[in-house]
Amino acid sequence: MTEYNFAYLDEQTKRMIRRAILKGLAIPGYQVPFASREMPMPYGWGTGGVQVSAAVLIPDDTFKVIDQGADDTTNAVSIRRFFEKTAGVAVTEATRQATVIQTRHRIPEEALTENQILVYQVPIPEPLRFLEPSEVETRKMHSLEEYGLMHVKLYEDISKHGAIATAYAYPVKVEGRYVMDPSPIPKFDNPKLEMAAIQIFGAGREQRIYALPPYTQVVSLDFDDYPFEASKADHACDVCGAEDSYLDELIVDDKGGRLFMCSDTDFCSSRRREGHVGAQGIPYGEDAA
Amino acid sequence: MYVAVKGGERAIDNAHAWLAEERRGDTAVAELSVAQIREQLKLAVNRVMAEGSLYDADLAALAIKQSRGDLIEAIFLIRAYRTTLPRFGASVPVATDDMACDRRVSATFKDAPGGQVLGPTFDYTHRLLDFKLAAEGKAPQAPEARAETASTPHIMSFLDREGLVQQEDASDATPPDLTREPLELPADRALRLQSLTRGDEGFVLGMAYSTQRGYARNHAFVAELRIGTVPVEMEIPELGFAIEIGDIEVTECETVNQFKGSKTEPPQFTRGYGLVFGMSERKAISMALVDRALRWKELGEDNVGAPAQDEEFVLYHADNIQATGFLEHIKLPHYVDFQSELELIRKLRREAMPTQEAAE
Amino acid sequence: MQTQTLEGGFSNAPVQSARAFREIMTAMARPGVITALDGARGPAPLSQAASVLILTLCDPETPIYLAPSVDVPAVRAWVTFHTGAPFVAPDRAQFAVGTWPELTAHDFPIGTPEFPDRSATLIVESGPLAASGAVLKGPGIKTASALSLPETAAFQRNAARFPLGLDYFFTHKDQLAALPRTTQVTTCM
Repeated sequence: MTEYNFAYLDEQTKRMIRRAILKGLAIPGYQVPFASREMPMPYGWGTGGVQVSAAVLIPDDTFKVIDQGADDTTNAVSIRRFFEKTAGVAVTEATRQATVIQTRHRIPEEALTENQILVYQVPIPEPLRFLEPSEVETRKMHSLEEYGLMHVKLYEDISKHGAIATAYAYPVKVEGRYVMDPSPIPKFDNPKLEMAAIQIFGAGREQRIYALPPYTQVVSLDFDDYPFEASKADHACDVCGAEDSYLDELIVDDKGGRLFMCSDTDFCSSRRREGHVGAQGIPYGEDAA
Repeated sequence: MYVAVKGGERAIDNAHAWLAEERRGDTAVAELSVAQIREQLKLAVNRVMAEGSLYDADLAALAIKQSRGDLIEAIFLIRAYRTTLPRFGASVPVATDDMACDRRVSATFKDAPGGQVLGPTFDYTHRLLDFKLAAEGKAPQAPEARAETASTPHIMSFLDREGLVQQEDASDATPPDLTREPLELPADRALRLQSLTRGDEGFVLGMAYSTQRGYARNHAFVAELRIGTVPVEMEIPELGFAIEIGDIEVTECETVNQFKGSKTEPPQFTRGYGLVFGMSERKAISMALVDRALRWKELGEDNVGAPAQDEEFVLYHADNIQATGFLEHIKLPHYVDFQSELELIRKLRREAMPTQEAAE
Repeated sequence: MQTQTLEGGFSNAPVQSARAFREIMTAMARPGVITALDGARGPAPLSQAASVLILTLCDPETPIYLAPSVDVPAVRAWVTFHTGAPFVAPDRAQFAVGTWPELTAHDFPIGTPEFPDRSATLIVESGPLAASGAVLKGPGIKTASALSLPETAAFQRNAARFPLGLDYFFTHKDQLAALPRTTQVTTCM
C-alpha cells in the first residue's frame, strides 16, 4: 500500500472525529470522548491535534504549525510536513495568512480572525486530573458541577505561597459551566481564549476532543482578593523590542548571560520587518549570515 | 548581537539520514534479511505481533529490522500500519480445543489425556552462554515422533465436570473493540482481556508478579499452558457457512485459583485466562494472573487496594505505545511552560525573601 | 437496484466531505450563519443540504430516524447504500431528519449528565432560511444574530436543559444553518 487517503485518516475515522467536534462546539468546554487512532507519530507528540487537523482541513487551506510559538521547532516542522504530504495543503509561517493553525503551548500574539481555526495539541485534557487521578471520579465531578476541589487547590497555593502557583495550563471556566484545561499555554495567553476564531482541542492518547466556538465566555479561575493575573517576564524582546509579547529566555554565554526574545517567531520577525529593533537585535535584512 | 537559531528542517533530514546509516551498521558485515529475523528471532517477532495486534510475521520482522531491534518502536510501526487497514469482518471465535499443540503443560495434574508436552522450551536449559552458537553453520535437528491426531481436551474441562470450577457465562455478544471505541469504565472482562493481550509484556508481568507477592494474592496454579496453531474461520454471508482462512499460533494459559465461597455459593475454584499471539508464555501466564485479580468485584472479593485490582490503573497504563509516547514527549521543547514557572518561582522568592530577612 | 439509489453521492468523498464539513462546522460554531452545502443530492423529498449532511456525518455507527415525510423507499435505499446508517425509532436516534412539526412531536436522546454528547442532532427540513426572525445570543455569536426559526419556546426549553439537550441543523435546498443547545433564543422585539 503506497497511497494514503486525503489528510491520511480514512473517511469513517474522520466522520467519527467530525461528529465529536460538532458536539464539542455544542457543549463548550465539555470533553467529548472519541476513538483516537494510532497515528504514525507518537502519542504525546500532537496526535490529538493532528487528528483534529486531519478532520477539518480542506485542500484550499493554508496551514501553519507552531510549537512553543515557533514555526521552526522540530516537531512543528515534522507535523507541517505531514500535512503538506498527505493533504497537499499550502503552508505558511505567517499567522495572518493561515486558515488553520495547529499549536502546542501557545496562542499567537496577533489576534485571530473569524476565518481562522486554532487547533491545540493537548497532553492531559482533564483539568481535575492532578487533583483526582480517577477518570470515573472526575467525570462525575463535571456532571455534578462539583469544582470545589479545584478552588481548594488554588486557595492552598495562596495560603502557602501568597499567590496561585499555577503558571501554565491555568484552569478556566467556560460559559459559567465547565471547568476546562486550556492545554499547557502560559497563563499569559489565557485572556486570548475569548477570540473570533474557532478553537478545537485534541487529546489523542486520552481520547478527548473539546472546543470553544468564537466569542465563548472563558474566565480564568480566581478569587476576589487574588484576581487572575496574566504575567510574563518583565522585559522587552531583545530582538524586536516588543513589550507586550510572551518571551523565551535564552542563556547566551558561559557566564549565564540572558537574552529575552518573543516566543512567537512570526510576530517577532514581522515586527523586525516593520523596522523595530530590540536592545540586542540587528536591523532586519542585516543578519543574513 | 543575537541571531536566532533556525534549521529545524535540515536537522530532521540529517538525523534521519544518520539513523539509516546506523541501522545498516558496518557494511563489512552481511545485512540482515527480514526472513532471517522472522525465522531466527521468532520470539521477538511474536511479541511485536501480540502487542502490535497484527498477526503477520513478515511485517513484524520488517518492523524489527526498521526499528533496529527496539521492540516497542517495532510495535508502534505495526500499530500505525494496522490502523490504516480496511476491515472486512470478524472471525468466528477460535476453538483452542482444536489446537495442534507444540507445548502443553499442566501444573495441577501429573498426567491427563494428551499428556505433558514440553515442546521447544527454555525451561530446564542451564542458562550458560553457548559459545558454539557464535560459530555459524549448524542446523540442529530434534528427534521426531508421530503427531497426536486426537484433539487435546482442556485440563479445566475435567474440573468443570466435577463442578469444582466457577462456570463462565457463555455469550454471543460482540465484544467491544478497544481500537475503535474510546475506553470507557467500568470495562467488562472482554475489554480487559483485550487490553491485557496487547498490553506491554513488562507491565503485565510486573502486575502479575505483584499479585504473587501479596498485593491481591489469588493463589494461581497453572492448570494448563498450551502453545500451538489453531485454525481461524470466517463466516461468509454469501456462502452461509464459515470457511477456514488460515492458521495462527497462540499461547493460552488457564489458571485455577482458590476461592473461599460465599454465603450463596459453596467453595469453588475460580479461573484466570490468558491468550496471546505466538509463542508468548510469560505474557499469557501474566495475563491470566492479572485477569483473575481484576475479577474481584464479580467474585465478591474485597478490594484490598492492590494495583492489580484497579482496572482503571491497569487498563490506562498497560499500553506501551501510549506510555512511551507520553513519556518521551517530555524531551520535546517546553520552553514556554518552563519560562512561566521560572517567572513564577522568581516572583514567589522575591516576595518570600523580604519576609525571611525581616524574621531573621 | 434503482439508479436513483446509486446516484447522488459524493464523486470525490474525501475532498467533498471535507469541504462540506467545514461549512457544517462553521454553521454549528456560528449560530445564525447561513451557508450552503453541495456535492451530493439524495432523492426527493430530501433537500440537497440534508443529503450532504447525512453523507458527511452518518455511517453504520450512527442510528438515524426518518420522519414520515422523508421516510420513503427511495430515501431509505439511498441512505442505506451511501452510509449504512441503521434506521431506528426517535428515542434511539443519533440523527433525525424531518420537518419541524414532525420532529417536535417526539422525544430524542438529550444525553446524560456524565455524557451530554450522547444526544441527538436534528436535521430540520425547513422553508427558505433568512437572517431575520428570532434573535440569537450565546457562544459563537459576537453580539446577536437572527435566524428564521419555526418557533422560540422549544429552543428556550432546550437551552434551559444545558448541558443536556438537542442540537439542530436547518436545511432548505442547499441552505444550512445551525442552532446548538447553548444558544439563547428570544423573539424579535
